Amino acid sequence: MSLLEVGLVAQLALALLAVTAAVAAPTPLRPLLAGGATLLLGLSGVATGALALGGHTGIVSAPLTVGLGLDARMTLAPDRLGGLFMLLAGAVGAVAALYSIGYVRGPAGSRTGCAAFAVFLLGLQLVPASGDVVAFLLTWELMAIGSTILVLAEHGRRDQVRSAGLWYAAMTHLSFLFLLAGFAVLTVAGHSSSFAALAAGRISGDRAGLAFVLLTIGFATKAGLVPVHVWLPRAHPEAPSHVSAVMSAAMVKMGVYGVVLTVTRLLPGGPRWWGLLVLALALPSALYGILQASVTSDLKRLLAYSTTENVGLILSAVAISMLAASSGDSAVAGVAMVAALMLTLSHAAFKTVLFLGAGALLHATAERDLDRLGGLVRTMPRTAVAFGVACLGAAALPVTSGFAAEWVLLQALIHGDTRDRLTSALLPAAIAVVALTAGLALLTFVKAFGIAFMARPRSPGATTAHEVNRPMTAAMLIGAAAVLALGLAPGLAATAAATALRSAGVVGAVGAATTASAAAAVGTGAGWGVALPGIGAHLDPLALTLLALAVTLPVVLVTWLLARRHPRRDVDLVWGGGGVRTSPRMQYTATSFAEPLVRVFDDALQPTRDLRVTHAGESRYLVQDISFHQHLDDRVEKSLYRPAITVLDRAGDLARLVQNGSIHRYLGFSFVALLVVLVAVAW
Amino acid sequence: MSATVTTMLLVAVQCGLLLVLAPVLVGLMRQVRARLEGRAGAGVLQPWRDLAKLARKEPLRAPGVRFGGALPVLLMGASLLLVALLPLLQTATLVAVPEDLFVVVSVLLLGTVAIALLGLDSGTAFGGMGASRHMTVAALVEPTILVAVYALSIPVGTSNLSAIVSARLDHPATVVAPVSLLALVALFIVVIAETGRLPVDNPSTHLELTMIHEAMILESSGRDLGWVEYASWLRLGALLALVANLAAPWGVVQHLDVLAVLIAMVALVLKVAVLGAAIASGEVFLAKLRLFRVPELLAGSFVLAFLAVTASYLTV
Repeated sequence: MSLLEVGLVAQLALALLAVTAAVAAPTPLRPLLAGGATLLLGLSGVATGALALGGHTGIVSAPLTVGLGLDARMTLAPDRLGGLFMLLAGAVGAVAALYSIGYVRGPAGSRTGCAAFAVFLLGLQLVPASGDVVAFLLTWELMAIGSTILVLAEHGRRDQVRSAGLWYAAMTHLSFLFLLAGFAVLTVAGHSSSFAALAAGRISGDRAGLAFVLLTIGFATKAGLVPVHVWLPRAHPEAPSHVSAVMSAAMVKMGVYGVVLTVTRLLPGGPRWWGLLVLALALPSALYGILQASVTSDLKRLLAYSTTENVGLILSAVAISMLAASSGDSAVAGVAMVAALMLTLSHAAFKTVLFLGAGALLHATAERDLDRLGGLVRTMPRTAVAFGVACLGAAALPVTSGFAAEWVLLQALIHGDTRDRLTSALLPAAIAVVALTAGLALLTFVKAFGIAFMARPRSPGATTAHEVNRPMTAAMLIGAAAVLALGLAPGLAATAAATALRSAGVVGAVGAATTASAAAAVGTGAGWGVALPGIGAHLDPLALTLLALAVTLPVVLVTWLLARRHPRRDVDLVWGGGGVRTSPRMQYTATSFAEPLVRVFDDALQPTRDLRVTHAGESRYLVQDISFHQHLDDRVEKSLYRPAITVLDRAGDLARLVQNGSIHRYLGFSFVALLVVLVAVAW
Repeated sequence: MSATVTTMLLVAVQCGLLLVLAPVLVGLMRQVRARLEGRAGAGVLQPWRDLAKLARKEPLRAPGVRFGGALPVLLMGASLLLVALLPLLQTATLVAVPEDLFVVVSVLLLGTVAIALLGLDSGTAFGGMGASRHMTVAALVEPTILVAVYALSIPVGTSNLSAIVSARLDHPATVVAPVSLLALVALFIVVIAETGRLPVDNPSTHLELTMIHEAMILESSGRDLGWVEYASWLRLGALLALVANLAAPWGVVQHLDVLAVLIAMVALVLKVAVLGAAIASGEVFLAKLRLFRVPELLAGSFVLAFLAVTASYLTV
């Protein structure tokens, strides 16, 4: 039994342990015992993933149909790419499990809640380990069911939870349906359900195209691309925060894993339109996601939309890689694919912290509406530090992981082959969209951090907030450290990404080009930086940081000298002239912060506003009170899903004509059915 | 090794030069404007006097303000880093920190974020208003910057600024090529927007309906205000110097020697002074745009940048 196989089996055993702890432990000890076991489960995922990434191999195989005489087995055999994603899922899961020790109380900490979390994490870690279609679909379903139960955890407290659970269950099964169909086509075309055999079989032609489209739709639904993103802004806000963190940072990435698996291993070297299809889904998603995020004031909803944005960017990078590979530009194909994986790792790191931070805010203030937060940096300093670092990462500012990853993506974009007509038309548009996305992300996360943590508290909950407990702050700070580490030493992420793409099973045009050049095109530069010799660029954030420190040091020194002579003086109001400090209600809120943007993108967002002014007495000039409501619907949902739901409802109503509960009618149906059968037999 | 030391020295000289000259540049622009409007003006050294005065004053802090002291220092650091990363005097780069345009843009944005957070931190209506408008403009400017960068990088095949300036020195004809001109105009509009000049923002007004920059720093006082102002001027100086160097790269040192560096310094001062005076005279004839017309201006600049990219395909 190889080390990797031990790791895989250990995950199963630890999951069993966690479920046992969740069910058997007394209520006060349950978070600690179940959370601790889940933490170990996550860590075993990290270790196993690292082994697989390092090139270890191993196969765990189990028969599925005992005694039926069929030879159906499920196989777990992670390759390097799967190893990277297992590592990611394990790391996110471990941090979230640590957080859950301090966080879960009430419904999320029930037996079901704790057990479902372990099952969810197990499914998540085994999806990238799957070596055949059966194992993939089974673990995928395990992940889906675990997360659905967790989304529903607080259904007794809020009505929206039930609706969110319904949306999530429907969309996740839609995804499963498409995947099932896609894999069925693949299996038929390749005469095998094993990934290795499918990869060796070199499926091509119409059936490959059909399978690709079905799989892409299925994975895109899980990844939360527009227009199948609708479950994200519902499920993420309603799920307990540690679950939202794992869903957003790791589960959504399984959609990305699926697409990367498809285009590099199962169906490599596809025709051009495959790349265009992915790009056409991904780029609008990035823009739409961040636009919605920038104008929403519900913190968790904002983070959910930002996930759509980030997945859009990741899959844009994959699409650019596919397009570059199909035009034979292997250097750019390699760099773009590496950029996709770096973006994936980076998003996992900062989005974990952001969701855990949102959970901490909810825990401390009972508010998740940014309009009612404020001034929390005083009362929650550790949360503020972690959340602030993660916001820098999400805004892709130096020296965080987001910056390094986006830099690699932009380098891939500007080095695209401009002699090719299609790419030359697409590249500037892609750069513009990525840039606008980056700009709006900057605004969004300045808003999220500035409104929530700075200025003065806007509600009683925010005024009386307190720092959250040790396990929670520790989890957030570990995540923030990862964001900084991946930013200061992006060479680590780049090397991991390049290694993952060197999977043994990777063949074909995209695959070979990506692999060969990923190794050649990416290396750790001087120090810990990332170098792209294939296109002649390198980035060393550590040196940049040193330079920044060197130029800032004199400024700090001068400030210190001046401060010794003239210390800061506390006053009630700087420009008060004897007045008193104005009310906190006069501050800008998240809604007012985004107001100029809502105006600029008025046509795209179509907000509904309602302004009511009550005048004092007869006067037209004296106002008694003003109420203002602004409502921003998700337009895609409104124009695409509402009509669909209406049609489905009508179909349901029509079905009720047939099935009206009358026993006579049912007897009639049976009679007719019997007649038909008799006639058919007699024929 | 000695080459690295020389380069570091040159970077230090460049920072020092800009530190001395940025307030003078602002003084010059104000003076030109004052003279054209028929006023006497305060003299080109007035910004320096203002800074000296602010450094001697005690900063005030309202309850609830936490980062009033730290963010201005951060802003100043970001502005200095921006200056250090631009090839203003020489095209020799630090090996470890290439003058990559994307890095330059992100350092610029770091400063943008620092000042927006300063506005939000003050906890007043004005601070938030300024921050909101500032970030909206920054978000809309971003596509223009990156597409213009792309247009400039196509002929050279890299986003390294030094390489771009070097290539322009070696092939002067590329400077007046349509690609370059369109990209420069787009970049110029972006610089105007990012540094808060007319017609995007009026640096000399406190009219609440229109102000952006001044609204964010309204609550700052003493040395905090001094750093914010100094950093903003430095940013203006650095960006104008960059545009000037891209438009007229002559004078920039490619091979190190003392005389050449002196010439480069003189050339830089002249170029920036001419550009600054030109902007100031232009501003006399401009009114500030309505805030919600600014996106149209920025969209226009984006179209120019996009045209630049398209033009580059035609010439390749």
